[in-house]
Amino acid sequence: MNTNATQSLDTRGMNCPLPILRTKKALSILGAGETLAVTATDPGSLKDMQAFCKQTGNELISSSANQGEFEFLIRKA
Amino acid sequence: MGAIEKSILESLDQSAFNQWFDQRFEAKMAEREAAHVPSLSIIATKGTMDWAYPPFILASTAGALGWDVSIFFTFYGLELLKKDLHLEISPLGNPSMPMKMPFGPQWLKDINWKVPNLVMAGIPGFEKMATGLMEQTVKSKGVASIEELRSACIEADAKLYACQMTVDLFGHSQDDFIPEIEGWIGAASFLPVAQKSDVCLFI
Repeated sequence: MNTNATQSLDTRGMNCPLPILRTKKALSILGAGETLAVTATDPGSLKDMQAFCKQTGNELISSSANQGEFEFLIRKA
Repeated sequence: MGAIEKSILESLDQSAFNQWFDQRFEAKMAEREAAHVPSLSIIATKGTMDWAYPPFILASTAGALGWDVSIFFTFYGLELLKKDLHLEISPLGNPSMPMKMPFGPQWLKDINWKVPNLVMAGIPGFEKMATGLMEQTVKSKGVASIEELRSACIEADAKLYACQMTVDLFGHSQDDFIPEIEGWIGAASFLPVAQKSDVCLFI
């Protein structure tokens, strides 16, 4: 888990579309430029998070996969 | 074309004008596209637990993406707007539905129980049992409940419309439904909404 992020969100065990819905909710209370670290186990989240960020204009700073766990760092636009 | 337009066009350098126009057109189109909020319209017609998922998953996700969402619930789809959701699932006549145990050792979970229609139809409470097993599977796989997805839609300001005709037809009472319903309308009111949306789905 990225400790430098403003806020972190654990969506492990959740399935589509919950990780996206929770991410959206968590981002909504952040200010512009603040960051959110998301952990997930949903294999679809790797593609979905990219699409979500592209569509909503938020920046996907990094995404990584490690033994069935995915980590994303998002900067709010 | 009027005489004035004609004289303006004649005095123009045609190729420079065309080039300017193309650039301007591209820029304007890009501007328009950037400012455009995508929209989704769904016509939800099914009231079983399995068919409750597609409209609510798509609508809540579209809401998360910042889209404008409208759903028209008609016929059995109205069940999805009840205050108390008692959605059931039926494996009867539904050969694509896997019948697997949500608990027990892996070898047991992997078995797909192909129960003949005749047997399913003859056992009282078979649908209740299948519904219970499905609910357990949903929970153990981390899939959201219908209530959860519906709340997410409401939070994202999705407009939920109920079909007035169906309410009259089936003798429903408006009190049985959630208060967040945007309106009790008919096809003539929803079609113009659907016409303006980028994506329109019949589910």
